[in-house]
Amino acid sequence: MSAQTIAEAQTGLRDGSLTSRMLVEHALKVAADTEAQIHAYLTIDRAGALEAAEKADEDFSRGQDRGPLQGIPVALKDNMVTRGVETTASSQILAGYVPPYDATVVARLRAGGAVIVGKTNLDEFAMGSSTENSAYGPTYNPWDIDRIPGGSSGGSAAAVAAGSAMAALGSDTGGSIRQPASLTGVVGVKPTYGTVSRYGLIAFASSLDQIGPLTRSVEDSALTLEAIWGHDPLDATSFRGEYPALRSRLQEGVEGLKVGVVSELAGEGYEPAVEAQVSGMVDKLAGSGAEIHEVSLPTFDIALSAYYLIAPAEASANLARFDGMRYGLRSAGQTAEEMMSRTRAEGFGPEVIRRILLGTYALSAGYYDAFYGQAQRVRSAIREDFARAYSQVDVLVSPTSPTVAFKAGERTEDPLAMYLSDICTIPCNLSGDPAISVPIGLDGQGLPIGFQVMAPALGEPTMYQVAAAVERLASFEARPNLDLVAS
Amino acid sequence: MTWEAVIGIEVHVELSTESKMFCSCEVSFGAEPNTKVCPTCLGLPGALPVPNEKALDSIMAIGLALNCKVAPNSVFHRKNYFYADLPKNYQISQFDVPVCLEGYLDTTVDGETHRVGIERAHMEEDTGKSTHVGEGGRIHAASSTLLDFNRSGVPLVEIVSRPDIHSAAQARSYAQALRGVVAELGVSDARLEEGSIRFDANISIRPEGDDELGTKVEVKNMNSFRSLEQAVDYEIKRQIDLVESGGTVIQETRHWDEEAGVTHSMRTKEGSSDYRYFAEPDLVPMEMGREWVDRIAATLPELPEQRLERYRSAGLEDTLAAVLSGADSPLRGLYEDAVESGADARAAANWVTGEVTAWARRNETETQDLAISGSQLAGLLALIDDGKVSASAAKDVLDGVLLGEGDPAEVAESRDLIQISDSAAIDAVVDEVLQTNPDAVESLRNGEDKVLGFLVGQVMRATRGKADPQLVNATIRERVGSG
Repeated sequence: MSAQTIAEAQTGLRDGSLTSRMLVEHALKVAADTEAQIHAYLTIDRAGALEAAEKADEDFSRGQDRGPLQGIPVALKDNMVTRGVETTASSQILAGYVPPYDATVVARLRAGGAVIVGKTNLDEFAMGSSTENSAYGPTYNPWDIDRIPGGSSGGSAAAVAAGSAMAALGSDTGGSIRQPASLTGVVGVKPTYGTVSRYGLIAFASSLDQIGPLTRSVEDSALTLEAIWGHDPLDATSFRGEYPALRSRLQEGVEGLKVGVVSELAGEGYEPAVEAQVSGMVDKLAGSGAEIHEVSLPTFDIALSAYYLIAPAEASANLARFDGMRYGLRSAGQTAEEMMSRTRAEGFGPEVIRRILLGTYALSAGYYDAFYGQAQRVRSAIREDFARAYSQVDVLVSPTSPTVAFKAGERTEDPLAMYLSDICTIPCNLSGDPAISVPIGLDGQGLPIGFQVMAPALGEPTMYQVAAAVERLASFEARPNLDLVAS
Repeated sequence: MTWEAVIGIEVHVELSTESKMFCSCEVSFGAEPNTKVCPTCLGLPGALPVPNEKALDSIMAIGLALNCKVAPNSVFHRKNYFYADLPKNYQISQFDVPVCLEGYLDTTVDGETHRVGIERAHMEEDTGKSTHVGEGGRIHAASSTLLDFNRSGVPLVEIVSRPDIHSAAQARSYAQALRGVVAELGVSDARLEEGSIRFDANISIRPEGDDELGTKVEVKNMNSFRSLEQAVDYEIKRQIDLVESGGTVIQETRHWDEEAGVTHSMRTKEGSSDYRYFAEPDLVPMEMGREWVDRIAATLPELPEQRLERYRSAGLEDTLAAVLSGADSPLRGLYEDAVESGADARAAANWVTGEVTAWARRNETETQDLAISGSQLAGLLALIDDGKVSASAAKDVLDGVLLGEGDPAEVAESRDLIQISDSAAIDAVVDEVLQTNPDAVESLRNGEDKVLGFLVGQVMRATRGKADPQLVNATIRERVGSG
């Protein structure tokens, strides 16, 4: 298969040297070869994908062009609802649930001619950082199948890394797109909160959740985001203003841009290889004409604590609807209350139950001010910290994850260690600002390392401009050895 | 000891908007169960709420009509509790920043104005409807429960009064006045029997003169104003009897049993329920700017209490003003137009609430279909005033007008109802009657005044009721010389 990126495939699809069918069959072949080891997908919609590919090819032959994603095989994290295709959010409580409607992002992908290959694995209800908290078994990292791919969008990241999709959508509540992108060597973006519709995204924490793309290149990321973002009247938190073009400045470089290095996101807990590669990239940016500033955002140290009150609090209400009453799993009970409570006890996994309890507690009378109220005040302080920083610099940079992909099972018994995986990514969810992870190299074990570029709200054009420069400076071309995986 | 009842009333008003509060499903009463539903009002995974601005218009209108302040910013909260007919297991409601705050409603009880403070009016969504099957419809005895989500997400305004109500009569009067306001605004069907307006009463008692509030009991399930009054009355007595016999009132919710005429304990609240309110993250804070509030204020119709005041100052006595104020709007319009055309207010009000209303009832005609204009009614009243038709003949004229026979003067003419007030014509008839009744004339001369009526009657009969009786009377006395 010659085309590695959507940008490359686009040309071939239009000059007739490639067909959507070829791309989709290749993706399905990769999936067939690797799924037994990687388990990126919960559902592969082979028939639907081939049908959509045929439709895309027909459209091409009739000169019907719906945009850059036409004919491109795309995977969806299984917390985005798809009409007629089972959607479980990796939970037992939604086993067999077939939604009657498409999420807005799904409708937009379809309208743009994209081919949906299947639904990818995640930590149950997107709660986790390793894709091990799935009721349907973990996903493994294509770079090393003894390791996790990160999470919670680990299935989407692994699918793109392995090549069973050219792009995938994930959702990012505390780093769930960027951290797995970093751990699997792909590009992952959490856009500005409100720019991508959440209608049809099974909510984890509504004020933090944001859908974004995982792709093999920065350009692919920008074109995928352009296809899915934009105001949606079905989402009251959707941004109503003008959406900027994202691909126009990819070639512009970083000369004269002010780049802030976050001093809090380094030191203890950060692997030396990660720190070395990240500071090497900062040096290269300086060498390309960027002005480098050391920037301190002291509230980053308490962001994790605030996040672990706000996200579970919202989740405790968002997940209340899963009660066996109208859809999904239903356990037996003598009364409605007993049925609901048994369904929830049996249908939710331990991490989900832990977070529901945490959130319920944080919202309870007498504790609200000390926990949820206090966390909201920290959130405001984080926004102020960011505003101060962006008055001095154009973008902020840091590692995406303090470590490379860890071994499966390594952190499952220690929730706090698992929570620390998201230390670099959580602040942007609390502020609502956009951030991207770009692969910049491998550590000594051959595991990918990601570089995070953060920008102020709606600063995606600048974020992509810097990310494209980072991509060129890194010239990261390594790919996981799929023969090893498939064997 | 003398006891004082302290009562606050919570009112839930279902708005009659075209679509639901947070989705575009149709609001309709009585549709096939679970046919007016979508992912949002069913609480399907991934669905999101989008506020209905028309519903916000309505709550603002209610708030302004109740003399409330409209908050410049208002926030929706999630109220968390598990219940089978609540699809998300949280209700989108409001907590500390409701749309409307601090108003009042004046009502009239036994001729006195009674002011009830309004604490707040907030916006929320309705739940689905549970129908308990078997054993009298009570949940604990039910063999199964049917859920209908057509009502889920219907916009609901909750209006909370201050505990300014002290008797069952005041409670009823407040509820009726509030329903009147809501109906006048046209924002709700406001039908008690369909549950589109629902009243819950919080009732406590305390020794007369005490400032401290007693333990309150919430009473639910009153489906008419009468049952509200009876339930409040019963509950006050129950609490007094309980305390006087050495018992203690416990905080609980009680269900009014219409048939038995008593309240039953439904559930005891151990402390207050913890609904874990927090700001709804799927919605952004609402901004009700000056312009929006002014736009709604400009559309407010005249409200019952204002209208009553206006009628009183136009010279209508209290009862007449109240009857007219409570009349259908076409009848009130007829009154207004007649007065506009120069009719006397009291005469117009009397005719509208009396003869016109009676005619409509007799002829089974809807008031909006009555074929009489204000100027026609004014014309009819002028005919009476000018002595052209008698009061009794005027009813015939009205009948003719309403049957489309023409203007009052034309009808009076064509139905031959014009009074004879020409003295020459009356003289002739009187002379004839006196000649044919010499005995009566003799009696009258001798001071037997009672025969005057007989003679007048004879003249009236001879003129088939059209002679002006005053004139006839005077003429006879003059001719007989008994004056």
